[in-house]
Amino acid sequence: MKLELLKRAVESAAAGQPAALVTDIKSGLQELIQGADFKGNIRQSESLIAAIRQALVDDRSTLIETPEGKVFIEVFNPPLRLMVVGAVHIAQPLARMAAMAGYAVTVIDPRSAFASSERFPGVELSTEWPDEAMARLKPDRRSAIVTLTHDPKVDDPALIAALKSPAFYVGALGSKKTHAARLKRLAEAGFKETDFARIHGPVGLDIGAVSPTEIAVSILAQITATLRADRLKSRQAA
Amino acid sequence: MATNSGDNGDILEQAAKWRGQGKGVALATVVSTWGSSPRQVGAKLAVDDSGAFVGSVSGGCVEGAVIEEGLAAIKDGKPRLLDFGVTNEQAWDVGLACGGKIQVFVERVE
Repeated sequence: MKLELLKRAVESAAAGQPAALVTDIKSGLQELIQGADFKGNIRQSESLIAAIRQALVDDRSTLIETPEGKVFIEVFNPPLRLMVVGAVHIAQPLARMAAMAGYAVTVIDPRSAFASSERFPGVELSTEWPDEAMARLKPDRRSAIVTLTHDPKVDDPALIAALKSPAFYVGALGSKKTHAARLKRLAEAGFKETDFARIHGPVGLDIGAVSPTEIAVSILAQITATLRADRLKSRQAA
Repeated sequence: MATNSGDNGDILEQAAKWRGQGKGVALATVVSTWGSSPRQVGAKLAVDDSGAFVGSVSGGCVEGAVIEEGLAAIKDGKPRLLDFGVTNEQAWDVGLACGGKIQVFVERVE
């Protein structure tokens, strides 16, 4: 294999352009397909092209049988994203651990004393107001959003944007009491029970977490459990 | 849903570094899994010609055998498709304790 091809696939995905690397298992010959248009010159049968398209849509790498032998289709999709609202202590370990788990992380806090590069070395920071940041970042179904400030002025606009998006995970830090007050405000803003059900609050799996790092573990664990809900369900059914 | 690609970048970087140093390198990729298996399709391991490796294709169960095949691929340049699982004769030597099955594609990096 040519390392250059794999590098281009990884870079393409990181830049937001899905890619597929197609390998003929017998010969080892490879072809890189970027985006929806197939520029590659692999000997493509209709059925192989259909399988590549399907793998890209499903975000699932797969080994398929063709009349010419086995072909491995490896999908490189843009990374999952995590938007953390509130550059508070919990956000520091959460941003680091989520990056290790493969998320592209953005920490949002209009208070620049909190969202500083000293506190978040190497982390993408935004000092926009959350509604502006969300309008720019456009969370999609591969995005998770967590609010951590406890401050309705900052958290609420982020939650409103999150609930209007198809984000796969929405979490909000705060006690049961804080959360009840939050839901009341969201109800006044026109949101319904079905919206409330999408918010994980109080945030995180209940593992008895105490320190900011432990709370970050509980949040990342809950994001993971939500991301992998299908696996979890099939395991519990078995 | 998604494959988390966080680890692949690091493996790629190390493979490129080894190539830059003039070393032979092979790349192993999990291409299919059945039942309970520790790594997902797409999981990778890179090995250099001295047997140093980064990444993983299982929970540590079959890495030894994959590295051996990687070293052979560096020598002869031929790609290989390896089967591991409990149905294998060698289940107790090289197998997956979890009872799953995996196929690993091993290729020389050019």
